[in-house]
Amino acid sequence: MAGSFEATGDGGAAIALDEVEISILRSLAVQLLELIGPGEEPAEGEDPLAALFAEGPSEPPSDPALARLFPDAYRGPDAEAGGPGDEAVPNEDLRTASADFRRFTENDLRARKREDALAVVRALDALTAHGEGGAVLTLTRAQSQQWLGTLNDLRLAIGTRLEVSDDDDGGGLYSLPDEDPRKPMVMAYLWLGALQETLVETLLD
Amino acid sequence: MEIERPESSEQPIEVPEPDVPWATVVHNDPVNLMSYVTYVFQSYFGYPKDKAKKLMMDVHHKGRAVVSTGSREEMERDVQAMHGYGLWATLTQDR
Repeated sequence: MAGSFEATGDGGAAIALDEVEISILRSLAVQLLELIGPGEEPAEGEDPLAALFAEGPSEPPSDPALARLFPDAYRGPDAEAGGPGDEAVPNEDLRTASADFRRFTENDLRARKREDALAVVRALDALTAHGEGGAVLTLTRAQSQQWLGTLNDLRLAIGTRLEVSDDDDGGGLYSLPDEDPRKPMVMAYLWLGALQETLVETLLD
Repeated sequence: MEIERPESSEQPIEVPEPDVPWATVVHNDPVNLMSYVTYVFQSYFGYPKDKAKKLMMDVHHKGRAVVSTGSREEMERDVQAMHGYGLWATLTQDR
């Protein structure tokens, strides 16, 4: 069952991971945490209640991977091009509505994605504590859902960096020569895809 | 007993919006797995597998699909949930 999740029969899932896989997964989850950013913890001496009322950002993130994780709510892929369907609403109005939406939702969204990624790191750390060379990771159904979210966020972030396209060969990415610097990231991307695919299977019934 | 009322409560708070339904639209992207998108439609909206799969295929082939309709508030909730799952979603007023 190497490299794939299997249903445990009680709604959970399990997978055998070797030491290298555990360390790659952990490192990717930590990088995702760094990308999403630190919590909105009040700084030293600041009123902790202030954080409760703090508004989120109104502009989309400038980093393309973050912009994909936190997209505009009122402006789809055609917005910049002034594409079909939305000519009735001025672009400026859509921008304002997106900014309002973002102010009230983005912090929550970031917090949830961080929680999921932290759950992944914790589960992996619990494994290595008593694993020798490898271990079987067992997830409850609730944990599976957190893992699914993080695996998807990771693939979105990496896929955006790699500029993955809809072609069968991912825009040439899947047939890169070994010496291409993008190759390791492509391998990780495909591996995460296989993990996610088999984990979804355990949840679909 | 008399209660002092703030002046602003005398004024209409907001102009009512015309009764036009809003829609949550999910857009195609090259990263999300077809099985995952189907799973999201099933688990979040509670759609049966066939409907979830058909919506996923619409997103995949037509580039976008309306996955739910309702009030603006409801659609903002759905869009936020879709973003939580990592799907690319927007809301729009059905005209």
